[in-house]
Amino acid sequence: MTARSTIDVSRLPTYAFGHRSLMWWATMGMIAIEGTVFAIAIVAYFYLRGQSEAWPPSGAPPDLLFGTINTVILLASGIPNHFAARAAEREDLRSVRLWMVTCLVMAVAFQVVRALEFTTLNTHWTANAYGSIVFALLALHTTHLVTDFIDTVVLTVLMFTGPLNGRRFVDVSENADYWWFVLAAWIPIYFTIYLVPRLFP
Amino acid sequence: MSPLEQTWADKPGILGWLSTVDHKRIGLRFVVTTLVFFALAGQLAAVMRLQLARADNHLVGPDLYNQLFSVHGTAMMFLFAVPVMEAVALYLIPLMVGTRNVAFPRLNAYGYWLFLFGGVMLFVVFALNIGPEAGWFNYVPLSGPEFSAGKRSDFWAQLITFTEISALIGAIQIITTAFKMRAPGMTLARMPLFVWAMVVTSFMIVFAMPSVMLASTFLITDRLVSTQFYNPAEGGDVLLWQHLFWFFGHPEVYIIFVPALGMISEILPTFARRRVVGYVAMVVALVTIAFLSFGLWVHHMFTTGLPPLGMSFFTAASIMIALPTGLQIFCWIATLATGKRVQFAAPLLFVIGFFFIFIIGGLTGVMLGATTLDSQLHDSYFVVAHLHYVLIGGAVFPLFGGFYYWFPKLTGRMLSERAGRWNFWLFFVGFNVAFFPMHILGLQGMPRRVYTYSAASGWENLNLLSTLGAFTIAVSMLVFLVNVVMSLRRAGRAPHNPWNAATLEWATSSPPPAYNFATIPVVNSRTPLWEQKFPMAEVTGLPDILPTVLVTRLHDAEPDHVAILPTPSLWPFLAAIATTVMFVGSVFTPWAVVWGAVPVGITLIGWFWPDKEEAARMLSIEVKPSEGEARVVALREALS
Repeated sequence: MTARSTIDVSRLPTYAFGHRSLMWWATMGMIAIEGTVFAIAIVAYFYLRGQSEAWPPSGAPPDLLFGTINTVILLASGIPNHFAARAAEREDLRSVRLWMVTCLVMAVAFQVVRALEFTTLNTHWTANAYGSIVFALLALHTTHLVTDFIDTVVLTVLMFTGPLNGRRFVDVSENADYWWFVLAAWIPIYFTIYLVPRLFP
Repeated sequence: MSPLEQTWADKPGILGWLSTVDHKRIGLRFVVTTLVFFALAGQLAAVMRLQLARADNHLVGPDLYNQLFSVHGTAMMFLFAVPVMEAVALYLIPLMVGTRNVAFPRLNAYGYWLFLFGGVMLFVVFALNIGPEAGWFNYVPLSGPEFSAGKRSDFWAQLITFTEISALIGAIQIITTAFKMRAPGMTLARMPLFVWAMVVTSFMIVFAMPSVMLASTFLITDRLVSTQFYNPAEGGDVLLWQHLFWFFGHPEVYIIFVPALGMISEILPTFARRRVVGYVAMVVALVTIAFLSFGLWVHHMFTTGLPPLGMSFFTAASIMIALPTGLQIFCWIATLATGKRVQFAAPLLFVIGFFFIFIIGGLTGVMLGATTLDSQLHDSYFVVAHLHYVLIGGAVFPLFGGFYYWFPKLTGRMLSERAGRWNFWLFFVGFNVAFFPMHILGLQGMPRRVYTYSAASGWENLNLLSTLGAFTIAVSMLVFLVNVVMSLRRAGRAPHNPWNAATLEWATSSPPPAYNFATIPVVNSRTPLWEQKFPMAEVTGLPDILPTVLVTRLHDAEPDHVAILPTPSLWPFLAAIATTVMFVGSVFTPWAVVWGAVPVGITLIGWFWPDKEEAARMLSIEVKPSEGEARVVALREALS
């Protein structure tokens, strides 16, 4: 019997960034699932709108102020998020720390304004189906905001305390991917909650 | 113990049992758990059949009967049919693609524990006489705050949350494992058809399950905190429930059925001793079924008064799905017809049973797909007959074929062929005796979900016949159970490849070692074990001081990098307990979502937080992407 041929993988990288890594697939799976949840919730919003004579039934759409401020903050948070991901791919620990802390500060600001948003929706979830679906949309998005915030806190603390190794930078990069999703999901939700009742009453 | 064995071994004792992340231990446990739920839900059916055996029977009252069919349907769909397919896949797929574990082993453990706790919750509340009562699709307003008092429908809604999270976790595992962890050389065009079927199923799960989670969340908030989603008095709409439910519910049928198609495509070529006919056509058919299945949901709602144009569209789509299914059936028939020395062993018998039963179910499906006929037969026993023909014929028969086929791999023991034949014939005959009369009962006008009927209806004889059939099925299941127990106690181990099959799971011992393969094989065909020279080559140099797997490229499966998988841990188990407390708590108070989230958060952080000693070991074998890139390119060139 002849000796079998072999493929030696001993010097292959032990982690990789982007779609090469398993973590990327997990993140994208999560995004596909959660994106479907958002899409179906928005469809439900329009379905209920089709059942109603007036939209909103009370005539008063949500106040624009806090929702719009939040849209600006959220879009701006894309900047530190981008730099945190780039720094992670360079494995530049100092920059990663800096940009992740910046992301966290913005996430805190966002959550404070979000609390104010809930108080100026001009409806309540018990009032009617319109109120229920508006609260549901905002609550769904807020859940993602809070969970991603906690995620980022834990990861940031780890960046300061260790134990660190290369693949933790992949975690930072995937955390940034997920934030892009939370950010992108907000745009149709903002449009639905704030603009639809104004543009198509 | 070699370093490889040491690295992949679990801790001994109960701690090892609770903290294992081995896909085989979890997968086997998962399969057994789903079978226990299958047996329990089957016993509920037996009680229903006893009740219906005679007219004007008072063995069980209407309230208990409502719970019986609701828990039976809910358990069969959410605790058996979908999860058993994923469970089998979580066991088999890493073996079939030639790797050492699933992509996210701790998440796998979490998904299992969550499923177990959710399922136990359903049967505990049933035992306490507070089981769900509004049917497996739990329509509002019957399940809403006005008509379903107490906590029954809330438990149903949370059961959905438990099982769907578990199913979604399984789907992500399967997609990632199949796409990124295949042995070198196993291009997408060489992936076993069962793996293809599970990938397709997993994508369906990802896009279908969120709908029912959202629907049941809306329901529980309507009931608990007075949202108005389904309340017509306040702008809500009851049909919203039906849309959301069936947007999930129809793909669900295919989520159950497509894995079974994959099993058939593994079993049938093995016993026909030839490659499956039309591999590419099979894959295309699977993908087509998946797409079409999302365009069918309204055929469950033909009697709700939707616009006729929509109806026509859904009628067309419902009938169209018969095409890809038919294509597969013809490919299998061609495989059998051109096979060499076809061996009619027990696994193949079940597959042939599938052909007969499923084709009848498929034909009644085409009938029900037509709006006119559906309006007549809606909510009658004809529908009960149809759905059992497609689900038992389409999924349970192939599944049992799968049990007989893969049992030696899972346990290292062969099941008795003789008992297998008894099992098959009793099941096949019992099934038809139990369910065929229901077609006639439905045509005669017997509505489903009635706890009794009057003797004047003339339905008694057929119902009695059906009950006799049901008990014949029960006997066949008993034969299966005895067969399993006797086989496990028998001495003599099954060989690696008792059926002389072609796929990679048969290349390792039965049952496989913790690390699955001592060396990862390189393959160059769809039927690697039937090649003259297997393996083509072997992978060496995977570090063995930590659990590592080879990650390959999506399309051509060329080596890309080495991934270090997480080690066994108690955290997924603890996180599942914390999640269970939160979900069950939320049935009683909405605040449970707030305080219940704290332990969930703590356990998840504990799960993620890296262990110092392990992190150091990781560092010791670390090769940065920049350092390893040259080697990736060199390997790619050497292989091509």
